[in-house]
Amino acid sequence: MNAVLQAQGLGRKYGRRWALRECTIDLPAGHVVGLVGPNGAGKTTLLKLASGQLEPTAGTITVLGGRPAGGPPQLARVGFVAQDTPVYAGLSVADHLRLGERLNLRWDAAMARDRIATLGLDPAQRAGRLSGGQRAQLALTLGLAKRPELLLLDEPVASLDPLARREFLQGLMEATAEHEFSVVLSSHLVSDLERVCDFLIVLVDSRVRIAGEVDRLLATHYRLTGARRDPDRLPADQHVVCARHTARQSTYVVRTDGPIHDPAWTVTRLGLEDLVLAYMDQDTVDRRAALEVRR
Amino acid sequence: MEKPVIEFHLDARSGVSPYLQLVQQVRHALRLGVLREGDQMPTVKEVVAHLAINANTVLKAYRELEHEGLVAARPGVGTFVTATLTDASLAAHGPLRQELRRWLDKARRAGLDDESIEALFMTTFRTTAQEDIA
Repeated sequence: MNAVLQAQGLGRKYGRRWALRECTIDLPAGHVVGLVGPNGAGKTTLLKLASGQLEPTAGTITVLGGRPAGGPPQLARVGFVAQDTPVYAGLSVADHLRLGERLNLRWDAAMARDRIATLGLDPAQRAGRLSGGQRAQLALTLGLAKRPELLLLDEPVASLDPLARREFLQGLMEATAEHEFSVVLSSHLVSDLERVCDFLIVLVDSRVRIAGEVDRLLATHYRLTGARRDPDRLPADQHVVCARHTARQSTYVVRTDGPIHDPAWTVTRLGLEDLVLAYMDQDTVDRRAALEVRR
Repeated sequence: MEKPVIEFHLDARSGVSPYLQLVQQVRHALRLGVLREGDQMPTVKEVVAHLAINANTVLKAYRELEHEGLVAARPGVGTFVTATLTDASLAAHGPLRQELRRWLDKARRAGLDDESIEALFMTTFRTTAQEDIA
């Protein structure tokens, strides 16, 4: 399968601060990829690099085999829905569709019209008077009717209420089932992504902590609980994601391809949310360790 | 369009992966006779649009059901139920339930509360399941 996005040592600096660094990923086509991490982790930066709105400071990025925003054909292949799904407040719904038709090489006018009708939006309505959920649906319609091979969405549901959130994701998922395209969407909430994504990238503190297919991630991570034990006494193939110790007990989250045979551990599987939190926890542990060294 | 015979739902807190939840719901519906041989399954697009889940999750569930011989895909037409699970085992449910009731009464008389009963059942269930695999 072809790669939709490949990054090699990709980095971007704002002034003296790295917003994204040493990012090396390879996203296969045909997935709905979740980009998850706390606010300020670098999610928007990565999406803007992929859509060509930002130039890398370091490393390289290829999208669908080409340079991001490297000419009209490349622009036509990649859709981008920015944070908070912006639309033009003064233009009507119909104006937005006309604009989409004028500005895009392969515009699916029938699809756009059908979606607006199904959503029950009035074409004459000004976008500024739409509800948040309707505005998001309009922005999604523009992104879908462009018929991209890759659709990038930056925190598309963050500002929506639960019902609008569900309806937005229903629309997006229905479109992926009908037309073949890849999706990368970011969120700071794993719960938003849990059902829709089959590939996950965890971004913490400007770095990619882990990336992979969700099924595979769930199958290779375990929580081990048992009597206190130092990490260097774990088998070499068990990579420690995070560790907590009391005077008597140790709790590890480990990544390993093999089964866990040690009967001393109580072994449990992790849900996606706990898995992501474990990687975020590692970050706080690292930071604490760094602070202690400095002291 | 005709309304699909079954509608799926997902429980985010169950700890069971979404694809397996779909598989279990189909098996359950087959056992109860809600789904019968020849019934058409909802299309992937319908399930995806209804649950807002990844299409691959539904495909994986349908592949698994196909592998188990419970459904079959007819290209261009849809996926259809090809087997039934309301077989001889249904007749055994009644006596088994009675035995289980008697066991539960015994456990309560022995002083076990609901949580202890559940824990005892689950650990025993898991141990025997593991022994069967080994």
